[in-house]
Amino acid sequence: MPSTRDIRRRIKSVKSTAQITKAMQLVAAAKMKKAQDQATNGRAYAETMNKILVALRDAAEEGSHPYFEEGKGNKTLVLVIASDKGLCGALNTNLFKKLLAAKLEGECDFVTIGRKASQALSRLRKTLIADFPIKDPAKFTDLRTAGNFLQEKFRGGDYKKVLVAFNNFVNTVTIVPTIEQLLPVNKVTLGGKRSFEGMGSALEVKETGTDVPEYTFEPSAAAVFDSILPQYVNNTVFQMLLEARASEHSSRMVAMKNATDNAKQMLKDLSLEYNKLRQAAITNELLEITTAKMALE
Amino acid sequence: MPLKLEIVTPEARIFSDEVDSVVLPGVEGEMGVLPAHANLVTTLTHGELVYTKGGKSTHFAVGEGLVEVTGSTTRILTDMAIGVEDIDEKAVQEALDRAKHALENIKPGTDNEEVAAVMAMIQRSSAQLHVKRKRHTL
Repeated sequence: MPSTRDIRRRIKSVKSTAQITKAMQLVAAAKMKKAQDQATNGRAYAETMNKILVALRDAAEEGSHPYFEEGKGNKTLVLVIASDKGLCGALNTNLFKKLLAAKLEGECDFVTIGRKASQALSRLRKTLIADFPIKDPAKFTDLRTAGNFLQEKFRGGDYKKVLVAFNNFVNTVTIVPTIEQLLPVNKVTLGGKRSFEGMGSALEVKETGTDVPEYTFEPSAAAVFDSILPQYVNNTVFQMLLEARASEHSSRMVAMKNATDNAKQMLKDLSLEYNKLRQAAITNELLEITTAKMALE
Repeated sequence: MPLKLEIVTPEARIFSDEVDSVVLPGVEGEMGVLPAHANLVTTLTHGELVYTKGGKSTHFAVGEGLVEVTGSTTRILTDMAIGVEDIDEKAVQEALDRAKHALENIKPGTDNEEVAAVMAMIQRSSAQLHVKRKRHTL
């Protein structure tokens, strides 16, 4: 039987925990908003790039670029985007589960963004060839290093394809761990719409097949194509990273909200118990006094 | 007929306004764009972008990217675009020195990626410095 003092101490500690989780919840909410805004801001870039790509698709001879064909090697390179910090529910676990369930054929090498990803993969004894720490909020220049690295590895010819595993942000409560193919570039989806429905109205790149003006390309269509494709790939990875970041923050927000709610429930239970104990003590005391008085009479 | 200039990066729309003319660093040399230019797509390289509006010219340091010109708009897709007032000369110079130092210290046989990253940093920094210094001497 705990004493009233023990319970008071526990109430105090639960209260301060609740305060912390509440604060983390608010911070995560603000950060989620920021990540979503960032994705919205990148919209103009993606749209224009898609427009140019569509115009180029016909101009440049299709399939001539190495990015359209599977590499000669038979290994697969997987970029895993996870969070740096924990306390975000089952977010990372779900992603790794999905990755393990995917049963990637052949030999796989891994590249990671986020501390949790590198930790988990080294625990699973996978071949980790690079880890890119990217701060929050993510900057495009930071990400470009990672994007270029992937492309270089692909061009090197050891890898058949490059995949990206990340958490796709559908809405605040629905986050879908996704594995998408980055390279070779899918000709069908090139210049089309990436499934960004998740970001709400954040990124809707329309099919721009119809009203694309005729461009002159300088120095030549092929040269422009060569320089646009790597940028397209980098931008795709950047968008995926933003999705993963939005997922992380929203997932943390939900986890922290649950923690706050649980702490509140606990406080309620504890106070009830505390009051009961206190009442029992008072009743006891009264009883003693009355009995003593009656004994005296 | 006005010319609309838009500068966008993957992170934000940096600039969007109507201007009289634009001079930008194309991959094959400086290129001037006036209203009603023919439709054109070309690649952009590190350097200085100048636009004129009402006789006043404004300078930007830009990074690699693409330029899309249609009759009424010029859209610049780049990974870096900084207005000349926003360039912190000291910070950039420091970054440049750091990058150069890093380049010297890179061991042979290190990943090409690292070299490429440092080179990109140098290019970016020098482009910014170039634009900033030029303004000072004017």
